[in-house]
Amino acid sequence: MSLDLQASIALTRFGLGARPGEIGRARQDPRGFLLAQITVAGAPQPEPGPPRSRERLAEFRTYQQQRKRARQDGDPKSDPVRMAAQRLRDEAEADFLARVRLAATTDAGFSERWALFWANHFTVSAVKADTAPLVGPFEQEVIRPYAFGRFEDMLVASSSHPAMLLYLDQAQSVGPTSMLAQRAARNGRAPGLNENLAREILELHTVGVDAGYSQADVTEFARAMTGWSIGRPDHPEEPQGFMFRPFAHEPGARAIMGRRYGEEGEAQARAVMADLAASPHTARHLAAKIGRHFISDDPPASLTDRLAKAYLSSGGRLDVVARTLVQSPETWAPAPTKFKTPYEFLVSSWRAADTAPDKVTPIVQVLTAMGQRPFSAPSPKGWPEEAAAWCGPDAIMKRMAWSEAFAAQTVGQRDPTVLAQNALGARLTPLAAATVARAETRPEGLSILLMSPEFQRR
Amino acid sequence: MTHVTLTRREALAAAASLGLTFELLATRAVADSERALAARKLVVIICRGGLDGLSLSPPVGDPDYAGLRGPIAIGPFGGPGGALKLDDTFGLHPSLSGVHALAQNGQARIAPAIATPDRERSHFEAQDVLESGAGEVYASSSGWLNRALAAMGPAGKVKAISVGPTSPLILRGPIEAASWSPGGKSQTDHRLPAILQDLYAHDPLLGPALAEGLATETMAKTAVADAALTDPPASPAQGGMQSPLPEMSDPRTAVRQGAPLARKIGATLAGFMVQPDGVQVAAVSIDNFDTHANQGAGEGQLATRLAYVDAFLDGLRAGMGDRWRDTVVVMATEFGRTARVNGTNGTDHGTASTALVLGGALKRGGIIGDWPTLRQASLLENRDTYPTLDMRGLFKGVLRDHLGIERATLDRTVFPNSASVGAVANLV
Repeated sequence: MSLDLQASIALTRFGLGARPGEIGRARQDPRGFLLAQITVAGAPQPEPGPPRSRERLAEFRTYQQQRKRARQDGDPKSDPVRMAAQRLRDEAEADFLARVRLAATTDAGFSERWALFWANHFTVSAVKADTAPLVGPFEQEVIRPYAFGRFEDMLVASSSHPAMLLYLDQAQSVGPTSMLAQRAARNGRAPGLNENLAREILELHTVGVDAGYSQADVTEFARAMTGWSIGRPDHPEEPQGFMFRPFAHEPGARAIMGRRYGEEGEAQARAVMADLAASPHTARHLAAKIGRHFISDDPPASLTDRLAKAYLSSGGRLDVVARTLVQSPETWAPAPTKFKTPYEFLVSSWRAADTAPDKVTPIVQVLTAMGQRPFSAPSPKGWPEEAAAWCGPDAIMKRMAWSEAFAAQTVGQRDPTVLAQNALGARLTPLAAATVARAETRPEGLSILLMSPEFQRR
Repeated sequence: MTHVTLTRREALAAAASLGLTFELLATRAVADSERALAARKLVVIICRGGLDGLSLSPPVGDPDYAGLRGPIAIGPFGGPGGALKLDDTFGLHPSLSGVHALAQNGQARIAPAIATPDRERSHFEAQDVLESGAGEVYASSSGWLNRALAAMGPAGKVKAISVGPTSPLILRGPIEAASWSPGGKSQTDHRLPAILQDLYAHDPLLGPALAEGLATETMAKTAVADAALTDPPASPAQGGMQSPLPEMSDPRTAVRQGAPLARKIGATLAGFMVQPDGVQVAAVSIDNFDTHANQGAGEGQLATRLAYVDAFLDGLRAGMGDRWRDTVVVMATEFGRTARVNGTNGTDHGTASTALVLGGALKRGGIIGDWPTLRQASLLENRDTYPTLDMRGLFKGVLRDHLGIERATLDRTVFPNSASVGAVANLV
């Protein structure tokens, strides 16, 4: 395979699309270009990016209390309440815009795609109101720092982050015979288990639904997880973030998937997670999912085997898995078979036009219309991966309409045939190149490029 | 013809923010002899997340119901926030007043202990089985509704439309399914679509998708008040739905905001179906039924969603006009929820739930399938409502008696290897 084609694949399949000049820069050593992006420091952070879920959670809770008071006062739409809600929305939108700008401009497109993959693996979604302010911080605090570290660390970070604890209802789960439950029972209340997070850790985050676990395993794991919670809003002495509540923890040893866990307290669920992360089921589940994202909706078994082996032999190191992916022959198959999601389509369009958006509202509108509302995956399973989900007739009409509007605003005096060569390199087919060249206007030429079969795929 | 005035922003809010999408499979040209069958309309609604059947159609007359449910039990018949009576055992959730009115006319029935063949309590597996129509998970990449349409007539004569940006499994398959949703359409009738059609001539995904998209735009103009739907986008400051952060309003407010929109979406769908040469079969998705915590009883989270469902159905019924008499609506979910309230005033993933069947074409009757009761010994794994009816049997009954699909085709093609699952009789 020619270096030109390899460089195009490095930028478009592994990365988020080529900006002008990038394919040329990667051409000398396409694999090295990707391997250099795998750093123990993790994936790049959006600007400005200090971790801040504590502040955000505190702010959300202040808003909740204001709203409660305002409702008691009979004025639920008072100015301070509306302003607080608006501020939370503005901050979430700013998080999203920062992430979009990073994607549109980064030199490390593979690293960014890798981070987005894991953010979708550990989905937290703004469809739940109390999770919405925390989706951006979750990505920054859980996903990006661990993107090239140990999977187990990311799993524990995810399962103890307030966004996940709220999204999958873990924060309020209480051991049925714990001291807290017994005390509550004397007051006529009956708090108890919520198995939502425990189930999704097994099914979605680690071993996968085919691993042979039973309902009893789910319930036992949920018992082990009791106590993994967050500080309460009206208790300033408690952290605005993760805290383990020993009194909510279900006492006793647990039996999960044939193993006994005699640990006490917080350590019990950690021990379960360590075993889950080390499981060959997890290795295969993650390997197949990586293959589906990067290569094909139906990835070759040889690739799954190789990635799973790399995962197991490295003790679940994601940098080793990423390097193995880059070094695998299957990932360099020339035909583009993955259909871009709406987010990927927009990001690659900005990169092709060498621009980055500075207003969030139009992006939110167009992604919502295309079925990928920002930060709002429809379920804990995340956004769908397969082409059939994104390539409906309505979706194509929406992409065409957006491409026309974007091209008209963006193209300026630039030559669409040059933009096409810069964006796709050796992946540009003669048919698409000729069609772009025959365009009557520059905007039409850029629209054709963006809507070409090879640009819609990667 | 119903005239729907749905602004673009309202439509987007309804379709995206409230999590509802609907997809339509359109008519075929038919011979005179098939005209009666072709006049029949079918709407399939999938409630995603695991809709709690014991709240949808609460068995308030079952002696174990109130004890299992505690604070989330729907109250007895006639009380404030109590169930709307169907028979001595079952009622409907108080949010479903429109469905209840239909039931009193013999136009709505419940199947209170129905399940797919899947027993894993995974949303994603169970939705796959519900929509693929296969006996096991990930056994088919096409949906049963699509294969049913293939059985109804030659491929190529069926047009497909989807309102909503993503394509659900139930409609994927050999019959090309179009899709449509409000807003964001190509503004001009210039060259680009024709250029792309040439460019896509050998593209198996993009070619058919673009062709359907272009054809659908024409149809949409008839189905809805087009001027209202293609309004320029509303000012961003007005729209909570344009923010990644959902409106954090009181659920009761959401009912007030959501129900009128849901009614309009229902009426819009009816508009696609009643126009000459209109859509015959539609599939609708409604999201967010995964009530693990604080699901509420007569009021609250789930009540809000059910009010939305009720309004959607009411809009659909009203919009169908006198074609309602030829219509059957089936509403199902991937699984039910635990019989007992959990520790966080919600319910976890269970097994059997309730399916609703509605429509002017429906025969009057009682509950569909047997009621296993909620006695402890009757619960599946001491946990879930015990399934007494296979979901495929309900779908088969509707497809056979309403749309005229032969039993052998249903057993072999639409629901593969399902000869042992009988079609529910006497629905239509």
